[in-house]
Amino acid sequence: MSTLSLARAPAGRRAFGGRQALIEKLTGIGFATPAIILLLLIDLVPLGVLGVLSFTDYELGGTDAKYVGLANFSKAMADPVFRRSMWNTLLYVAIVLPGSVGLGLLVAILVHGRKRTRSFYEMVYFLPVTATLIAMATVWQFLLHPKLGPVNAFLRLIGAGEYAFLSEPSLALPTLAVIGMWQLIGFNMVLFLAGLSSIPKDLYEAAEIDGCANGIDRFLTITWPLLGPMTMFVIVTTSITAFKIFDTVAVMTRGGPMGSSEVLLYAIYLEGFQYFHTAYAAALTVIFLAFILAFAVIQAFVLDRRVHY
Amino acid sequence: MATVALKGITKNFGPAPVLNGIDLDIAEGEFLTLVGASGCGKSTLIRIIAGLEPQSAGSVMVNGAPIDHLRPHERRVAMVFQSYALYPHMTVAGNIGLPLTMQHLSLWERLPLIKLLSPRRRRVMAEIGAEVRAVASQLQIEALLGRRPAALSGGQRQRVALGRAMVRHPDVFLMDEPLSNLDAKLRVHMRTELAELHARLKTTFIYVTHDQVEAMTMSDRVAMMDAGHILQLGKPAELYARPANVRVAQFIGSPAINLLPARIGEDGAPEVLGCRLPMATGLPAGSSATVGIRPEAIAPADAGKPEAGQVSLPAVLRRAENLGAEFILHFDVAGLGDQPVLCRVPADHEHGTHGRTDLVFDAAQAHVFDAEGNRVEPSGLAQRASGKPVRLYLTGGTER
Amino acid sequence: MRAAQAKPAGAGRIVRLAGRLLGGVLVHGFLLAGAAFMLLPFVWMLVTSIKPPDEIFTATLSFWPKQFYGYENYSFALTSAPLLRFALNGVLICACILVVQLLVAIPCGYALAKLRFPGRQTLFVLTLLALAIPVQVPALPLYIALADLGLLNTYFAIMVPFFLSVFAIFLLRQFFKGFPDDIIQAARLDGMSEFEIVWRIVTPSAWPAIAAFAVFSIVAHWNDLYWPLIVISDVKLAPPPLGMMFFADAETGSNYGALTAAATILTAPLVVAFLFARRRFIDGITMTGVK
Repeated sequence: MSTLSLARAPAGRRAFGGRQALIEKLTGIGFATPAIILLLLIDLVPLGVLGVLSFTDYELGGTDAKYVGLANFSKAMADPVFRRSMWNTLLYVAIVLPGSVGLGLLVAILVHGRKRTRSFYEMVYFLPVTATLIAMATVWQFLLHPKLGPVNAFLRLIGAGEYAFLSEPSLALPTLAVIGMWQLIGFNMVLFLAGLSSIPKDLYEAAEIDGCANGIDRFLTITWPLLGPMTMFVIVTTSITAFKIFDTVAVMTRGGPMGSSEVLLYAIYLEGFQYFHTAYAAALTVIFLAFILAFAVIQAFVLDRRVHY
Repeated sequence: MATVALKGITKNFGPAPVLNGIDLDIAEGEFLTLVGASGCGKSTLIRIIAGLEPQSAGSVMVNGAPIDHLRPHERRVAMVFQSYALYPHMTVAGNIGLPLTMQHLSLWERLPLIKLLSPRRRRVMAEIGAEVRAVASQLQIEALLGRRPAALSGGQRQRVALGRAMVRHPDVFLMDEPLSNLDAKLRVHMRTELAELHARLKTTFIYVTHDQVEAMTMSDRVAMMDAGHILQLGKPAELYARPANVRVAQFIGSPAINLLPARIGEDGAPEVLGCRLPMATGLPAGSSATVGIRPEAIAPADAGKPEAGQVSLPAVLRRAENLGAEFILHFDVAGLGDQPVLCRVPADHEHGTHGRTDLVFDAAQAHVFDAEGNRVEPSGLAQRASGKPVRLYLTGGTER
Repeated sequence: MRAAQAKPAGAGRIVRLAGRLLGGVLVHGFLLAGAAFMLLPFVWMLVTSIKPPDEIFTATLSFWPKQFYGYENYSFALTSAPLLRFALNGVLICACILVVQLLVAIPCGYALAKLRFPGRQTLFVLTLLALAIPVQVPALPLYIALADLGLLNTYFAIMVPFFLSVFAIFLLRQFFKGFPDDIIQAARLDGMSEFEIVWRIVTPSAWPAIAAFAVFSIVAHWNDLYWPLIVISDVKLAPPPLGMMFFADAETGSNYGALTAAATILTAPLVVAFLFARRRFIDGITMTGVK
């Protein structure tokens, strides 16, 4: 309509239309300016600086820096601490991801079928999401204390022996993973519940008439395929969250015992803000970012596919 | 093919009964339509027959045996849903074939990966594929077999839903408002197709709709429901010609029947707006009643003076709706307030623009309902005595 | 004949009823076990926070305290560390971050959704890219800059990386896209400026999205540790998680009665808010999670 009138309108109206477009342009830019400035200052410029830093030998407080090429990256590849951190982080993701997604889905399906008790379960399972993880980590530390903790008291009671969950190298990371799952199950459950609610009831009825008589058939024929896009989404977000593990390590184990719970972000934190190996930490951050972006690409791909159905 | 019998089906949601002891016998191969306004219980009834909802009391029988203990898939019924309920992630072929897959493969043969171990699975799937193609060709949707429902038009989805129902060769087809999501033109077309499908399959159809036109055009018999009761069960022509209840009369027919308030006179004859209908109703004198006249049974009187003995009062034409082949005339009649009397007249009828005229109808074509709304069969109609219909002039006049 | 008919139906119903009962017991058994695991830390936190040290430091399993020691634990926690100050810091930081985020994101989201201006597409793509970048990535350069400017150990330093929420921009843009153009045109015809249209017409309609984002933002920043840990060393400025860490360090992890009391105090505000506005929280997380 507006293009039509622009094409045929006499000069006076064309001028008006031009003015309107100009006003729109100026307001648009005006409205976006604070965001653009912040985007530059907080994300884009630091990102560029980070990239540059990763190719130098800069250390905080130092006055000069020189270009060192890929030295920081090759140093990282050879650094046992970094390699251990990388491996531990991936191992942590490998435990937390199936655990929290699978249990989140199972709990969501069971809770979805409840009528009166649904909101109770929803509340209880979601509670850890809102809790301050640092505070709860302190509580977990006490719960898992080898001598004083109730978990070990209980294990002794049933004759299962005593475990130093956080100071036994082979147990520390899996224990942190269980705590990670504790916090993520409720979050994933809520997402799955939203997915389940969006499946039309008709489909289950049609399936029932068509012969899907038991829960397994209903799950395989309707629930799982229709929940597929949501499941992919939950998998990606859970991977990213798990990949960013930091809080519990910082409070409960500090990477120990014997480096068995060193993870990527904790390594970056130590190098960048404790040892002030700024350039090296920048290189590690670039590697960290590469992983996060890989997840994001998968996510974009998944979100794109979600349009189907 | 099967007979279906409902015995005292009752359904309560909380304290309020939704269905009140429904009894209904449906013959083999019959096309029976449950029609009624929304909330009358028709959808609940069909869902009880399908086994999707348990009844509070009563029994559903197929071929004389109760099926109340059977799960939906064991009942040999197929259902077409209002939303079609097609599985969005499956192709058309997958949708139509699903009931057969469920029937012919055991649970482990349907599990992901494990199913590959089954030696006979490929053969069964091939047979199912052939069956699906056969059904698809009947419905002329063979070209769509590889598509997903999202890529189909409303009419195509409708056919896929039909195919999924047909492929099982069910005893009974249940259809819950299957045409209500289609646009008007397609709906008319699909009416014909469904009627032809029924003629070809000769299976029992139970069809739920709120659209009286669908009920009238497709069914062998229609059960008109209201507030959990069946008001009337009969052939479409019966429901139209002899509505058992004023609500049936109101629901069936378009434009709707003219309902005129009446009072029973001393001799049992109803009086409408001061005009006496020459018939005996057997109703007590002084009680109120309703007289219904179909729009095509009433018309403006021909020009000229009324015959002797006939009452002549002017009616005023309010507006005329041109439907092409016919006109619907709206008349203001004194004593009816704002409610017009509708007349259906041929397109060549000379009705002027807003003239005064007299409205005339045959007393024999009037439907009389008592104060409760039940039909009253009149006796001693004057026409039968004389052999010649008495024309009664119903007239009135209001200048608006 | 009636009895014969009723029998299979009755038997089937009993079997089905029994099956449903068994299923219900299994489902609730599983869910309750899971719920116990979820609640265990909370319950134990509360119970320990009112136990005297000698009951805490025993190796035997005992649930309920024999002696109520809550007053001592809580007063010790409150006097030996500025816990209320931490909570107040949390409130202040979350509130300021949220306000600035909304002030920046609402006009930008509106511009991206409804206004044609040069660079709109570029800005949108950059927004999507930035969506994937967690704060840990720009942390190093930001830290260097703040250190150079002498701004470490300030409230501003804690808040500044979060002033821009590309996520809020994205969420609001999606929401504004669905706002009818006709209403905006009508408002323009009525002589409203774009500024008024944004704040008086469009923003009130986006209330559900804003509420959802608020929940998301507050939960995230109340609980964030990484960035405050980097820029704050002054105890007085610490938000709750960092405060908790300082407190735990100072107590060297031995006085569990006081530690759990502190944990209770710092966890309570969000958990209580969640218990009161459960639907809002869950819907907010769902909406921001799924987009």
